Amino acid sequence: MEIILNPWPWYISGFLIAFVMFLLIMVEKKFGMSSNLRTLCTICGADKTSDFFKFDWKSQRWNLIVVLGAIIGGFIGSHYLTNNVAVAIHPEVIQNLQALGFESAGKAYLPTELFDISALSNIKSLSVLIIGGFLVGFGARYAGGCTSGHAISGLSNLQMPSLIAVIGFFIGGFFTIHVLFPLIF
Amino acid sequence: MYKSEAASWFRIYEMFQFKAFHMYGIIGLAVGLGIIVIQAIKRFKIKSFFGAQIVFEPKEKGVKRYIIGGILFGLGWALAGACPGPMFTLIGAGYIPILVVIAAALFGTFVYGLIRNKLPH
Repeated sequence: MEIILNPWPWYISGFLIAFVMFLLIMVEKKFGMSSNLRTLCTICGADKTSDFFKFDWKSQRWNLIVVLGAIIGGFIGSHYLTNNVAVAIHPEVIQNLQALGFESAGKAYLPTELFDISALSNIKSLSVLIIGGFLVGFGARYAGGCTSGHAISGLSNLQMPSLIAVIGFFIGGFFTIHVLFPLIF
Repeated sequence: MYKSEAASWFRIYEMFQFKAFHMYGIIGLAVGLGIIVIQAIKRFKIKSFFGAQIVFEPKEKGVKRYIIGGILFGLGWALAGACPGPMFTLIGAGYIPILVVIAAALFGTFVYGLIRNKLPH
């Protein structure tokens, strides 16, 4: 039981991700989460504004079920399978984050400075969430995929475009952490 | 996702600091196994569970859209600390502010759909 309640090691997660992709391939589907954002836009009526959203969203229902699975997985994982949510990140990273004002580093699952309900009334926190989310949605569609579609599915199929996209992910992430964060916080 | 902490903002931050093997282990192993699985399916012409041939669509060729889109995605990924999969995992885990991130991601997707014809691809 301890083993399940403790954080799972990287090799369990890496194996499970590959296994999910394998199952989706075997039922003639693709592993890609950000496509769901497009599907949800279409369901909300975006097909009236751009051809990009004109497609039969019902053909994507299976992928929305994957989303539902992710939500249920998050619920079960956090409510029943975890007794200590603190994420044991590298001590230097904790120091570094605390210097930036993230007091919750090393003590929580997500920074309370951004993901506690009270963060919604803080303009800076709210802006980070909104701008971050916007860029993820915009960038994922511009690049034609996200971490699952490019970094996992695309690289697994040895696709050069995916490698370029993943290099882009890391340039962007590196810039945010090393250049933007010291400016914002 | 939740149990391996891949849905944790802190793990994403740590990854971009290059301070831990954890996230690289997860992604690296998934891709390593993925390459073996896909090569095996291609080489041995393994049929799907429904008995049909499995086709892998190659990604469209190009550089601009992948590098520019990729960088924008990366900027947002590090800010929000969640990519489109873990975002949903975090709803299940009960973090209300992630709904703001998802709403913004939907809006970002929507804006891309509106202006895509004007963007270099």
